[in-house]
Amino acid sequence: MTKPAIAANGLRKSYGDKTVLDGVDLIVPEGTIFSLLGPNGAGKTTTVQILSTLISAGGGHAQVAGHDVAADPQAVRAAIGVTGQFSAVDGLITGEENMLLMADLHHLSKQEGRRVAAELLKRFDLVEAAKKPASTYSGGMKRRLDIAMTLVGKPRIIFLDEPTTGLDPRSRHNMWGIIRELVSDGVTVFLTTQYLEEADELADRIAVLNDGRIAAEGTAAELKRLVPGGHVRLRFTDPVAYRAAALALEQAARDDDALALQIPSDGSQRELRSILDWLDSAGIEADELTVHTPDLDDVFFALTGGAGVPTQPKEAVR
Amino acid sequence: MSSVSLAVRDSNTMLRRNLLHARRYPSLTLNLLLTPIMLLLLFVYIFGDTMSAGIGGGGRSAYIAYIMPGLLLMTIGSTVIGTAVSVSNDMTEGIIARFRTMAIHRPSILVGHVAGSVLQSILSVVLVGAVGVAIGFRSTDATALEWLAAFGLLALFTLALTWIAVGMGLVSPNAEAASNNAMPLILLPLLSSAFVPVDSMPGWFQPIAEYQPFTPAIETLRGLLLGTEIGHNGWLAVVWCLALTVLGYFWSTSTFNRDAK
Repeated sequence: MTKPAIAANGLRKSYGDKTVLDGVDLIVPEGTIFSLLGPNGAGKTTTVQILSTLISAGGGHAQVAGHDVAADPQAVRAAIGVTGQFSAVDGLITGEENMLLMADLHHLSKQEGRRVAAELLKRFDLVEAAKKPASTYSGGMKRRLDIAMTLVGKPRIIFLDEPTTGLDPRSRHNMWGIIRELVSDGVTVFLTTQYLEEADELADRIAVLNDGRIAAEGTAAELKRLVPGGHVRLRFTDPVAYRAAALALEQAARDDDALALQIPSDGSQRELRSILDWLDSAGIEADELTVHTPDLDDVFFALTGGAGVPTQPKEAVR
Repeated sequence: MSSVSLAVRDSNTMLRRNLLHARRYPSLTLNLLLTPIMLLLLFVYIFGDTMSAGIGGGGRSAYIAYIMPGLLLMTIGSTVIGTAVSVSNDMTEGIIARFRTMAIHRPSILVGHVAGSVLQSILSVVLVGAVGVAIGFRSTDATALEWLAAFGLLALFTLALTWIAVGMGLVSPNAEAASNNAMPLILLPLLSSAFVPVDSMPGWFQPIAEYQPFTPAIETLRGLLLGTEIGHNGWLAVVWCLALTVLGYFWSTSTFNRDAK
């Protein structure tokens, strides 16, 4: 088995008597997208800061690219690229100057630096804006420049801390495309987000971080299976048929207005077949049958359901 | 690449970044340059006659000669306030967090600021010196060696104040606080022998004025350019400069190496 790109064991961090991370374990295989999902204040940024050698852990161990973050931070730094939550660009100088600054700091030759900068500016659609100060860029452009700068050093592992927070939908989808492209080059991506949709969309594996602990970890599908909420929905157009079915299916939840019945189910093929068989034998024929699996929202609230979250769920998950 | 050449290369990159900032946004430097020039004109043309009468006559031109060394050092104090402000500003930028996660020579970030600021200060000193010469300042038979020593002292003094200002910028939460924290660097010259001789001050205050960092440097510069007595001020000035440089360096680097906020 190859070494994982990132491995953390029992990471702890507290500021004063406030515990931010309370024993975080993570393993991220090479060449995958790993998403750390959690509400604001869960400790996502702190985790990234420890793994990217910005701050030291209060306890536990972490290895990134095979190097211990505490013992050999310079070796870790040589392997990683970080795009923080707040854009890590120099706003006072132009986009192109930012890129050349990175090239210089990665000790590329002048010629090589110019080539790499031009190539990345083109790839991230920044050629037109290249000669303007970065402070004049829009949010989406700043993020693109940010990632372009991160890529100058050809990092094997990239940390993206909430890369789409504050972006409009188009820029967000752009960013998703960029992130997928990174992984197709064999890079490992460690992504934090508070958007379930984003984790679902991008990540190979997802860890839900809540109150400084990993509440659950797995693929999106695995996580969805953790919580109830899956059901088969039968919809009828004929009220008579609906009432007959409702009488026969006692365990189903009724929705009289919509003439629909919901039968709890995990959505697996076997369970679906047994429901269908049973419907056949009972002589019930629905006009429409749909299978609903729980989405990550259900998982998220089930796992992080502290006080306060349900009060404004729409805002919290957007 | 060896660690020394890595350090030099990264420091050079950071210096170029800071010079680029200074070139794009010269207003901060120019604003800070105004203070010593205004003071020079104020003391020479408004207070000049009275002040020169108070320190033994000789009129306005004698007083220009008297205050020029102090004003040159005050120019340095004024310019490095800009250093504290720009360091403090810079630390709030996301790019610094990026630098911290890169395999670069870490102190180069600070060295870049210091080198850039020293160059700016020297430029400012030359400009204020030129204004001084324009309104009548002349050195009295200073030899080439004395001129060289005077420049050396100014450079050393700049280095010392710059490292202190970098430390002040690093511990300040924002630009306003940095500007306030660095204020003593421009106020201290007022409490020195820059404008009036120390022995004209109240007795209890004289030891403070005499041994604070500016007075020995002013007296040494005065001696080099105008041929007055230097005495113990020469080595006192050098010791102050070296001590402040070392103190500022260790203060700044240890502050910077602490965990990011």
